[in-house]
Amino acid sequence: MITQPAISGYALQLGDDALVMAQRLAEWVSRAPELEEDVALANIALDLLGQARALLSYAGEVEGRGRTEDDLAYFRDEREFSNLQITELGCRDFGEAIARLLAFSGYQFELYQRLQHSRDEILAAVAAKAVKEVAYHRDHATQWTLRLGDGTEESHRRMQAGLVRVWPYTDEMFRADPAGQALAADGRAVDAVDLRPAWADYVTGVLREATLTWPETAAAPGGGRQGRHTEQLGHLLAEMQYLARCHPGARW
Amino acid sequence: MESGLTAGFERLLATDQRIEPRDWMPEAYRATLIRQIAQHAHSEIIGMQPEGNWIGRAPSLRRKAILIAKVQDEAGHGLYLYSACETLGVQRADLLDLLHSGQQKYSSIFNYPTLSWADIGAIGWLVDGAAITNQVALCHCSYGPYARAMVRICKEESFHQRQGFDLLSTLAHGTPAQRAMAQDAVDRWWWPSLMMFGPPDDASPHSAQSMAWRIKRHSNDELRQKFVDIVVPQAAAAGLTLPDPELRWNEERGHYDIGAIDWAEFWHVVNGAGPCNRQRMERRTRAHEEGRWVREAAVAHAAKHGERSGAGQASRAGAAA
Amino acid sequence: MSRDWPLWEVFVRSRRGLSHIHAGSVHAPDAQMALRNARDLYTRRQEGVSIWVVPSAAVTASSPDEKDPFFAPAADKAYRHPTFYDIPSEVQHL
Repeated sequence: MITQPAISGYALQLGDDALVMAQRLAEWVSRAPELEEDVALANIALDLLGQARALLSYAGEVEGRGRTEDDLAYFRDEREFSNLQITELGCRDFGEAIARLLAFSGYQFELYQRLQHSRDEILAAVAAKAVKEVAYHRDHATQWTLRLGDGTEESHRRMQAGLVRVWPYTDEMFRADPAGQALAADGRAVDAVDLRPAWADYVTGVLREATLTWPETAAAPGGGRQGRHTEQLGHLLAEMQYLARCHPGARW
Repeated sequence: MESGLTAGFERLLATDQRIEPRDWMPEAYRATLIRQIAQHAHSEIIGMQPEGNWIGRAPSLRRKAILIAKVQDEAGHGLYLYSACETLGVQRADLLDLLHSGQQKYSSIFNYPTLSWADIGAIGWLVDGAAITNQVALCHCSYGPYARAMVRICKEESFHQRQGFDLLSTLAHGTPAQRAMAQDAVDRWWWPSLMMFGPPDDASPHSAQSMAWRIKRHSNDELRQKFVDIVVPQAAAAGLTLPDPELRWNEERGHYDIGAIDWAEFWHVVNGAGPCNRQRMERRTRAHEEGRWVREAAVAHAAKHGERSGAGQASRAGAAA
Repeated sequence: MSRDWPLWEVFVRSRRGLSHIHAGSVHAPDAQMALRNARDLYTRRQEGVSIWVVPSAAVTASSPDEKDPFFAPAADKAYRHPTFYDIPSEVQHL
């Protein structure tokens, strides 16, 4: 049976993914390898933040407890966040950041492409807008993967190393999630399991053209969707939330 | 021969027309412009740091989005300005080298730290406000590419100033802690913002030449006064005070009088002893150094795939010649 | 090898029915990245916009006032001065 909590929970998952990813990408502002890249990454962060706000607002609405996008973003603890672990990794190396963007935006592209046909009007609308944005994000990551993979010896090495560090976290993106699957069966959500083949197809093509090797790494245990995160999320939330939590109830 | 060229150049200036990249121009005019435009561009780039400092900690998603958009715009403005500067025959890489080595400067206002969230509002309202006062004037400067870049920049900037004022105003009408945060920020950013217009013109030996070349359209003091007259009523509307006991309306002059600016502090900070000078440069040079392998990879990739700038396209241009 | 990404001139047509207008320049290592950088910088990714990027080195230019004998009569580069211009040391404070 499709419950409000189920829809709310699903929207929250996708919203948390986008929010945490936006937070990580924004860290590159004034640190990117070239000024054009500062602009590009800020642009991507802004798109993701927009997706997060739409999804979090919707989740709060459906939940019916009066929680706004800010209540959800700033006043939930680590164990209540349902983002994929891949989004919370602090990728300090540009190659690693691109590897993570390639993997995650590739996942989002497959997701939103299907979700725009959802029976849920709001999710469909969010997805229809988001799919154009993430097509651009995926293209950006692809262009860099090609240039770093097939650039200099050093860039090849660093890009490959970045892939190896990120790859254990890709499996979690396609794991079966009972709540999501029930919603998918009802035509409202997308079963993440279904996304893997198309995602793998695309990424395989890019890595091959970039002269990179698909990393053979064991999958990380995961658990992000169930609120079990890496130690990195706590620090991310501490920074993101502290000011709002210092002044509860204040307007900004 | 040069007298004919000079006469042509002077005539363009006298009739308030634009000097364009292919026009003859005195070497000193070109050198002055290169320095001014480059330093303006550097300011935008360095300015991303104090504001970027609060993106991760913005206390609402809407404010976070607004701040990311603002900082992104600043990067874009820097790029427009480097672009305009390159029409004078210099390369951006060389300009960045001059920034990194300290031979070219950036606006000293960015050597101050953003100590609280309210600082973001103060910067939007006061610092951007001061910049806009200057920039509107530059939309009419004599050099075409610079004037056009300024028009594009001004369109995007007024939005940011309004957002900054709105942020501060919201705090000023919020909790006691928020009000105190807002007032504290204004107390720290007011005088440095006034210093952004530069020293009084009698202490600025090159002002006269810049005015003659129509690079500078108004004096430092004129622009500073204009800014003060606009901002003082805005402060009152926001319920904030300005940290100047001598600030008062002068009925005779029809302007606000302000107290004495501490020019010693200004020169101190301009010459490297401000709170954040070293930190700003370190962050900037570190990003540049750490990004070298990425930039080089892109060049190597382009070379490998036969993408020399002009290789494919040149044949088409040649056919048209 | 240039240590900088080459310069490209950007032309933007904001709507059907209009023509492309010179918007400025971007640095990029190649044409594909130039298009993307131009899209980010000059259109903020508005839809329905057409962009041309042209290597600055490929642009051939002329000017209306060319009676100056120091100019070669044939067309010259878009930017008059050579890109190895030596930036003079301090001329004035900003």
